Parts: sequence; C-alpha cells; structure tokens
Amino acid sequence: MVTQIVRDADRTGTGRTGINLTGARSVSGDVLEVTGLGVEYVTDGDPVRACAEVTFTLRRGEILGVAGESGSGKSTLITALTRLQRPPAVTTAGSIVFHPRDGGPAVDLVAASPKELRALRWTSLSIVLQSAMDALNPVMRLGAQFADALRTHDRSLSRDAAWARAAELLATVGISGDRVRSYPHELSGGMRQRASIALALACRPELVVMDEPTTAVDVVMQRQILAQVLRLRRELGFAVVFVTHDLSLLLELADRIAIMYAGRVVELGTADEIYDDPRHPYTRGLRDSFPPLRAPLRRLTGIPGTPPDLRRPPSGCPFHPRCALRFEGCDTHLPELVDAGGHAVACRLYDAADGGMADVGLPARTADGTEGRAERRIEDGIERRAEHRTEGGAR
Amino acid sequence: MSAVRRDLLRGWKVRAGLSVLAFFVLLALFGPWLTASVPGLDPRANDLTAIGLPPSAEHWLGTTQFGQDVLAQTIEGTRGSLFVGFLSAVIGTALAILVGLPAGYFGGRTDSWLNFLSNLFIVMPVLPLILIVAGYMQGTGLWVIALIIGFFGWSGGARTIRAQAMSVSNRDFVLAMRTLGEPHHRLLFHEVLPHLTGWIAAMFLQGVIGGVMAEAGLAFLGISDSGAISWGTMIQAAQQQSAVLRGMWWWFVPPGLCIALVATAATLVNFGVDELSNPKLRTVRRSVVRRTRDRAGSAGSAGSADRAGSTDRADGVVGQSPVGSDA
Amino acid sequence: MTTTPAPSAPGTPAPDAPVLEAVDVTKHFTVRSAVGTRSVVRAVEGATLSLPRGRVVALVGESGSGKTTLARLLAGFYAPTSGEIRLEGVPVRQRRGRVERGHHRDVQLVFQDPFGSLNPLHRVRHNIERPLRLHHGVRGKAELDRRVRELLERVALTPVEQFVDKFPHELSGGQRQRVVIARALAVEPKVLLGDEPISMLDVSIRLEMLNLLDRLRTEDGLALLYITHDIASARYLCDDIVVMYAGEMVEGGPKEHVIADPQHPYTRLLVESSPDPGRGARDREALFDADADSLGEPPSLIDPPAGCRFHPRCPFAMDVCRTQAPERINLGDGRWARCWLHQEGRAGELARPGAGVEPVAPGALAEPAAAPTATRTTQETQ
Repeated sequence: MVTQIVRDADRTGTGRTGINLTGARSVSGDVLEVTGLGVEYVTDGDPVRACAEVTFTLRRGEILGVAGESGSGKSTLITALTRLQRPPAVTTAGSIVFHPRDGGPAVDLVAASPKELRALRWTSLSIVLQSAMDALNPVMRLGAQFADALRTHDRSLSRDAAWARAAELLATVGISGDRVRSYPHELSGGMRQRASIALALACRPELVVMDEPTTAVDVVMQRQILAQVLRLRRELGFAVVFVTHDLSLLLELADRIAIMYAGRVVELGTADEIYDDPRHPYTRGLRDSFPPLRAPLRRLTGIPGTPPDLRRPPSGCPFHPRCALRFEGCDTHLPELVDAGGHAVACRLYDAADGGMADVGLPARTADGTEGRAERRIEDGIERRAEHRTEGGAR
Repeated sequence: MSAVRRDLLRGWKVRAGLSVLAFFVLLALFGPWLTASVPGLDPRANDLTAIGLPPSAEHWLGTTQFGQDVLAQTIEGTRGSLFVGFLSAVIGTALAILVGLPAGYFGGRTDSWLNFLSNLFIVMPVLPLILIVAGYMQGTGLWVIALIIGFFGWSGGARTIRAQAMSVSNRDFVLAMRTLGEPHHRLLFHEVLPHLTGWIAAMFLQGVIGGVMAEAGLAFLGISDSGAISWGTMIQAAQQQSAVLRGMWWWFVPPGLCIALVATAATLVNFGVDELSNPKLRTVRRSVVRRTRDRAGSAGSAGSADRAGSTDRADGVVGQSPVGSDA
Repeated sequence: MTTTPAPSAPGTPAPDAPVLEAVDVTKHFTVRSAVGTRSVVRAVEGATLSLPRGRVVALVGESGSGKTTLARLLAGFYAPTSGEIRLEGVPVRQRRGRVERGHHRDVQLVFQDPFGSLNPLHRVRHNIERPLRLHHGVRGKAELDRRVRELLERVALTPVEQFVDKFPHELSGGQRQRVVIARALAVEPKVLLGDEPISMLDVSIRLEMLNLLDRLRTEDGLALLYITHDIASARYLCDDIVVMYAGEMVEGGPKEHVIADPQHPYTRLLVESSPDPGRGARDREALFDADADSLGEPPSLIDPPAGCRFHPRCPFAMDVCRTQAPERINLGDGRWARCWLHQEGRAGELARPGAGVEPVAPGALAEPAAAPTATRTTQETQ
C-alpha cells in the first residue's frame, strides 16, 4: 500500500508549490478543511467528474457522516481525502487542509509531498476500509502488523514493547490480547474489522476516515463496532469521516451528516436537522426510503428513477430528473450549496435568485413566509408523487 | 458483442498481431499459386546451376545446397507450418473443451474421471510417445503430424477450461437459469461456454504457436513427411547440410524468423484478449492523464463563470495549476 | 392503492393450506479441508416453515444463519439431509440431486445479486423468452413478443421498447432486479422465494422493489418468502416473521408481535441492534452503552454449541440451555419460540426492555413527533 501511495504522490505532488497557508489558519476547532475539491476519472473520452466542489469542515472530535448511493462520489471522496487515489482518478481542483493538533503548521494534503504525507499517515490520519482483508496482511501475524505500524512512527519502541502495545490495542476493541499471534484468516469477519479499526487507531490519529466499515458485517456486530468507535472517540478524541450508503445508521451515529448526490454535497446539517427537517428533496426521499422499525407503517415510495450515470450527468441540478419538486430552470441551473445557519442545502427551492426563498442569508427558521413557500412546494410535490404512484401502481 | 470487438481492435498489440497473422495466412493460402505463376520460383525444382548462392536479384533469399529457391521454399513452408499449427490447435482446443467443460460444470464423479484423464496426459512422457507413434506411422503426411501434436497437447488447456467452467457454473446466473428448468446442454453451451471464449481464444493461439514449434522440432528430429515442405523441414535440411558451418545463413534464417514472427504475433493478440477480460491490465496512458488535468484547469473557470461566488476559487485553482509536473 | 395485507388476525388459521412447506428439514454439507480432513457443516437443523398463498413470510437472520440454504432447499437446489419439502402437500422428490422440472414451474428463486444473476451475454428478451418457451411452449415471434411485453410491463420496466433489447450491463441495479423478477414470473410460479432481493440495490430504489413484490403477492396471490437481514424491511413487506439463528429457527409469528415483543433473547438482540432513526437522534448513548461492546458472535456451524445454540451469548442462559435444545413452544396468536425461558416459566424476563428500546403494544403505535409527511397514504397494519 505504501508504494502505491508514494507513486500517486509522485505523479501529483512533486514540482508543485502548495497553497500558501500562513494566513489561512482557521479556528483551532477544525481538524480538516475541504474546499472546492474536485476529482475526475480519466477516460479516453471526456473525463468523468466523480466529485465536484466538495466543501466542508470537520471539527475536532466530530463524527461527520457522508451518505450517498452508488455513483454519488462518496468512495472517490475517501480516496481523495486520504490521498490514496491513483490514476485514472485525478484531483483537479480544491484543497484539503489539515490542522495538526499540536498547533503545527497546517498542511494541504493535495499539495503535500510524499514525505509529508508519510509523516501524517497513521499518526494524524488513518483509514478503515470496508473489507478488513484489504487492510490486514494475510501472511503476517496481527501483532507483527501492529508492531510495524507502531515502530515506523516511534523508532525508540522496542519490538517487545510494540507487541505488548498491540495486545493492548486489540483489547480496546474487545479482542483478547493473546490473539496478537493470530493470522487475519483465523479471526471472524467482525473481529477482523475490529482489528483493522484498532490498527487504524494504533498511532493515535486525529482523523480516521471510515469507508463503510460495517457493511460487510451483521447488524449485531455493526452495533458492537459502532459502540466501540463511539467509546474510543470519547477516550481518544479523534474525528471521524464515516462514509456509508446507510443513512439510518448515520442518523444514529453521526454528529453532522453530508448528503452526496452525483459527486456533490447537496445538504449538510446536524443529524437532527437531517432527520427532522431535511431540506433537499433528495435528502427527504432518502430519509423516507428506510422503513421504520417501530413507527406506524405507511406506504413509502422511495425515490423514483435511478441514480445518475456520471458519464452522462444530467444538466442543471443533477437530481432534477428524479425530483418531484422540480420547477422551471432546475434542468439548466446548478444550485450552489448555500449555508443557512449551519444547515446547508444546494437546492433552488431555497435560493432567492432562482425564485425559491427570498433571502438566503437569513436562517431558514426565521424566514417564515418564504420557508413556508418551500415547505408548501415540498408537501404538494410529495402528494403529487404519491398520487402518481398510486395510479401507476393500480394499473 | 460488437463493442467487445471494437475494444479488442483498439489496442496496437492486437492490431499488429492480427496483421502479421493475416499476412501469413494469406501467404499460406495464395503463396504457392504466387510462386507457381512466377517462372523459376518452384520450391521443389533443383537448379544445379545455382547451388548455395547468397541472396541476389534472381534469387531474393538465395538458394539451398540443392539449388532450390529459399523464398519459394519459405512460402511453401508457410502453408505446411501453419496447416500443422492450426490443425493441431483446433484438435487440442476441441479436446480440451470436450474434457474440461463437462468436468468443471458437472463436478463430482464426472469431474474425478475427466480430471484423472487429463492428469494422465499431463504426466505422460509426451515426446517419446510422439516419437514412437510417428515412427509407427512413418511417411504419412503433415496432417498426421498435426493430429499427433493436437492429441498429446490438450491436457493443460483442459485443466484451465475445467477451472474456469467450474467458476462460471457456480455463478448466480447459471443457478438462476437452472432454476428456470433449463436443460444441461443449454446451460453448458449457452450460459457457460460463451464466458470461456477469451480463455479458449488464448488457448487456441497458444496452440498455434505450440503446433508450429512442435512441427519444427519434430522435423528437426527427423520426424516429418519427406515430401512436404514446412519451416521445420527447411531448418532440418539446413542443419543436415551444415548450413551454419558453411555460412549459408539465408537458408535457415528466413524460416526461423517466420516461426518467431508467428509466435510473437499470436502472443500479441493474446495480450489483447487478456486485457479485454481483465481491464486492470490496461494502462492509463500518461498523455490522457495530463490532458485531463490540463482541461480541468481551464474547465474549472469556465464552468463556474455562471455561478457567482465560486469564480474566485476556481480562478485561484487555475492560477496555481493543479497539474503536478510529471516524473 | 390498498395493497397492504389484511391484518394478520391473531388466532385465525391461514386462509388455505400452504403451497410450499419445509417439514423438519435438516441440511448438512460435508466439506473437505485442504489437508483432507472432513467436517460436517450443520447449515440447517430441523427447520419447519410453511408458505401460504397470498402471504409474505420473512425469514430474518444474520449471514451464516442458514437462511439462504433453506431457500435453496425450498427451490430444489439440493436434497435435504432429512425432513421433507412439500409442494401443495406432496413431498418433492429428488433425482440425482436435481428436482424434476415441475418443481421449478411452481417455485422460483430471486437471487440477491442482480448483477450476478443475469448472464451478461444475453439480452433482456432472451432471459424472459427462455422460461416462456420452456414452461409454456410459447413459440411464434408475435406471441413471444406479446408475452415478453406483458411481463416487462408488470414489473414496470416501461416503455418496454427501451429495455427489451438491452444487455444487463446497460441497466441499473434496480432495473436488473426487475428483469430477474420478470423472468421468474414468466414461469407463472405459485411461490416466489426472494433471497435478500433488495440488499444489493441502492437505498432509494429498494422501496419500489418491495412495493412491486407486495403488488405481485396481492394481484397474483403468490406465496412469498422474503429472506433478509433487515428486520425493518421485513416489517414493511411481510405478514409473518421467522427468525433464524445458527441454522435453527428460534422464533416466529405475526410481524408486529415479533418486533414489538420478542419472545426469544436473540430476536430481542436483533431488534435492538437494528438501526432505527426514529429512536436514533435521541438516545444514542443508551443504544451504544458499554455492554454493546461485547455482544458475542454467532457460533461455527461445524461445531455448534450443545443445547440451545444461542446460549453462549444469551444473558438469560441457564444450566439446561447448555445441555438440551429447547422445544418449539406455541405461545398463541400464531406465535412460537424455542427458548427454555418459556418452558421454565421465566418468559416474563424477556419483556424487560433492552437498552434504548421500549416495546410498544402493537395496537397502540403512536405517531412519533418526527413523523414524516404524506399522511394521506398512511396505512396502518393492525
């Protein structure tokens, strides 16, 4: 894996001066600032834009959930954030600024040299992949892998101390210490995933990027893993970017949630805001795509249509072909992500210039009349769609 | 399928390989007619006035110790060599499919027996056997040689086909069609076999190379049809007449070069087939990567021009050029 | 659209006899390791299940619980090691590991992976024409065309012209799964077995698929087995839920009862562990409390625990659980469970709410504060 990282960095990083960040230090509460990030996939024809203008900040110790379906660009975002991407994926725009905990100088990961990146990995920034088998070396004992990671970053650590530390780390995720002598294949899937989380946390990173870490495990194991992540975060204070297709999971786990669609962040808000007051029609549809476990059952429709093909993205707002609330201009104008009191949405329903809300600058809650308008539209649209569905279904 | 064909033809390796193969096939088909229609180019005629001559205007590739034109012989030999190569490849591939496909698909006892059979052929000392069989069938034509090569050369391919058939047979779509009640023969030939075409094509090309080489090798050992001309018999004749010692390079280089060319061409086509079935082998051309980065730089500012607010950022990006200089 | 099933009235027997049944079915696989040692995987042990016409039964369990094996047994993929599969009361016979084609005519299986269950080399048309030719002897291009069109329209792949000549790779996951369902319907089966039919689809289109399955059940009176690990989607689609754990069935009954008031400790754990945004935003801490750290893992099916297979993870485990497997106890209202708590008179302890979970009586489901909009189409079950 390391060689691959270096190779990528070689191609994109060297010979390039990073952005001058001296004046751009943000509030000390932020650990990561992503601005205008764009990633494209190189093809023989036109490049495919997998991520476009992705902007968000991650606060220290926060869990930011990123939810999206296939083709939403969430996996691309992960590889871009961790600089693990390799051609044909190419970062074409934006910056990913990392602020170290100890107050050291901020680093733009996009511009960082391979050496700088190497210094950051594990100690500041680590990743947990969907399949633990991708992260663990199948022919090395667990302890040796932990020792490798630990001793790379702390050369004073003796071999025995590193193995002892490995046992401790495994114990933090509920795996008994004597398992350090096991090979990955000797563990169950859930244990492997927990071991890979422990490995990611071995050097006390400030930021852990998790790519669907619980998709391959069962619900009970999922709950165990998430409980452990939450507990360890309480103890160690790292921030998490948690990427998944399962919004219902994020609603329970994350502090804030970014909803991605067609490579763009279409809504960003706290978990409560996303659940109680989703603004974007897609977010609303996605939230209502999960049947409730206890609330009264009602007929749900999901979102009609299919996720977009990024090779042929729709014009204007990428969601407009599936949107029940689209109105004139949605097929030509691409809405910006507009922040209204911390809850940001990219939808023309809320955009004054496009005939949505009158004043975007105002927090949504106080813009009563105009918000009512958007609300009314949403209600109407859902009813329209429900009726349409009923007719279609009764055929 | 047409898309597959288009993809296949896009790579230069496949195109170069296929061109060379096509050239030799045409030469095999029409070459003898060509030589016959040009007076003085009879591969079998012994011109006693021109013995062991180097290349000249009259004899482009020189003549042999027997006064035969090397060019005419090489052209005639193309037919012989390719005939053996293709026929043995057809036989070998057919046997491999016949044994490997049912073994992989049915599994169980069928598999055990068929697998035993192919293992038997793998461990058999093939060369001595060929020598014995060929000696027994002495003096017969090239097609016997091809038959022998094909018959003894299928076992490795059968194992490949078996492994692939086994993996395809366990895929959901085969199970799904089985649940629909499709009979075995339909599952075998309409669901499983089409997925093995890449492997079969590769095996066939490998078989052609193997056949051409084996023919040359057998001829070198003296097992061939004395009347027939192939690249193998040419090299064998050159060797017998100590062409190397006499410095008559024009006698053995042309057939040797032809064998190498055919083998290279078939290998190139094989690379293409491989890349097609495994896209990871395709390398992204560096120029394309660079073009994308460059274009992204300019497109970034153009795309955001209509969106107030992001223009500044995009401009900043263009200014600093997000393209890393390439190593 | 009033397709939601009639309330699964407690106590009333199923409207008619089951179409497909598994009676005390056991399936063991013999596996041979690389070094040649043989071991037996006890994939399904003593499973009993019946699928009546027009009802949806959900089979809920984690991966490795034997639910897929049971589905394949029902589909006639393999012969059971012991026990019987009965189609309309008649035991299904196997000939050399393969059932007669007649079985496939009545029972169809929809696979989990819509990307894998369509041959990438065949067009949509081919996939649907094959069963028509095989089972209904449809020949003639015009007749085939008509039937193919009809089937694609039923799974809402319209306009038909746009889809009928496409290759699978040109379709999205949801569209592929519709083709798979249309292919199964072309046989005109009586039973449709769905092996996690939505788990590989994008979230936003899963509901459409569930609604489609629901419609097929209502319109055609299909018996449907819905296999899933997602208990919330089971609740959305099904009438009854059967829970499997480590190859055994541990609990079954009408869905609302099973979810709101689990009668087996494993069911309780499963329900508690399932994500539920309705509860989530509020008491995350309670859900992910300290003891959620160590809930254990399912056992190996090669060497399952003696007695009740859940006992190593069970907070209620007694001595008897470690030695003897519990019997299936009928609890009334069509419910049953296999747990010693019921035999020992300790069932009351199960009602003790788990962390962050408050059981709600099925009749008294209250509208939560954050109930989403669109109440017009609200339909309550129960």
